[in-house]
Amino acid sequence: MIPSEFEYFRAGSVKEALELLNEKGPDAKILAGGHSLIPAMKLRFNNPGALIDIGGISELNYIREENDVLAIGAATTHADLAASGLLNSSLPMLAETAATIGDIQVRNKGTIGGSLAHADPAADWPAALLAAEAEVIITSRSESRVVAIADFFQGLFTTDLGDAELITEIRVPLPPANTRSTYLKFEQPASRFAIVGCAAMVTRNNGSFGNVRVAFTGVSASPFRDHGIEQALEGQPADGAQLHEACKLAGNGVDVMGDHFASKEYRTHLAVVFAERALKVVTGQG
Amino acid sequence: MSVPISITINGKIYESEVDSRLLLVQYLRETLRLTGTHVGCDTSSCGACTIIVDGKAIKSCTMLAAQAHGATIITIEGLANNGALHPLQESFKEEHGLQCGFCTPGMIMTALQLLEDNPQPSEAEIRHGLEGNYCRCTGYHNIVKAIYHASRKMGKEVVHG
Repeated sequence: MIPSEFEYFRAGSVKEALELLNEKGPDAKILAGGHSLIPAMKLRFNNPGALIDIGGISELNYIREENDVLAIGAATTHADLAASGLLNSSLPMLAETAATIGDIQVRNKGTIGGSLAHADPAADWPAALLAAEAEVIITSRSESRVVAIADFFQGLFTTDLGDAELITEIRVPLPPANTRSTYLKFEQPASRFAIVGCAAMVTRNNGSFGNVRVAFTGVSASPFRDHGIEQALEGQPADGAQLHEACKLAGNGVDVMGDHFASKEYRTHLAVVFAERALKVVTGQG
Repeated sequence: MSVPISITINGKIYESEVDSRLLLVQYLRETLRLTGTHVGCDTSSCGACTIIVDGKAIKSCTMLAAQAHGATIITIEGLANNGALHPLQESFKEEHGLQCGFCTPGMIMTALQLLEDNPQPSEAEIRHGLEGNYCRCTGYHNIVKAIYHASRKMGKEVVHG
């Protein structure tokens, strides 16, 4: 399968990429690893007139800790994130999430920023980053702005990213001590996309649950934080008695997707089951 | 749009002008006639097109030739050394790791990175490492055995061809 014709530009720096983006206008797309964009172009779902390749820009490829925040360059690959000693020691949920994406070949090329910009409703990163309350740094020629991950996703394949903007960094605050988090998914066995993916994060404060965060991907057109479950568990005793009842709230008030992989009813059931499994892991009952 | 590229493939430098939309796998197969790399699904699922780009296993159906500018690539043709098969190739032969043979180049290239990262993998680790490669003959058992066998033969020395 061959994409339609396009102009190809290899950007040597973020500045050059932004200038090209500005010059080529809304018909241009950023190419990072290309593992969402190239398949879409081969199927001609997406026919950009110009591609600006940022894959070789080393200033977008890093994982570092800066004042209790993990700063991840947008063009860092899933494979590098999965293997990162820093992530594995400071917030292992992120490394675990990276390791569940696709297969090794896909992880070697696909990038975290590319995945976010594509905003596939079944992508893995959104759940983990929502639970971790990440921020996305979006840069244009004139400014850099910070967007909370919850405001970044705006619907099916739709984000807050403007035509002349580039995701340059993902920032994840390091959680307080006594915090545990995990990401579990029920995957489509061929693509390994999440039919339902659930990230959970909990801080244990003197025998009760605090800072409870539960986020889903795959369940609806946009990933979301499940405030129903969170509020039901916040401040509750850490013995887990409330957990089963709270998880029955999964997906409440959300327009749950139904497709040939899973009906609406089955997806809702999976959300309940995976919320409970994830919360059992992070509360030490797994 | 024509894009100039320079790529090192199996130790040899190739310089070409390619159409921006030319896929890397097409460049290998149709421009250079390196037809050992196969196209199976053409949708980044099956792994038949797997090659090594800068030390990493990559599905070459999902990469533009233009993106590979400046890269160092190894394809299945680059593994044998003066006619002597690479231990992975030998093991696939010895352990009957192929039936129709279509997936074999991709299996071997993925296995090459797997053994580089983890020179003595368990059977389970090999199976997990091959999640991006399909064998439609379903001959997975012997493929896993072949890679396991190769890893023990190679010890810690993973030789690139």
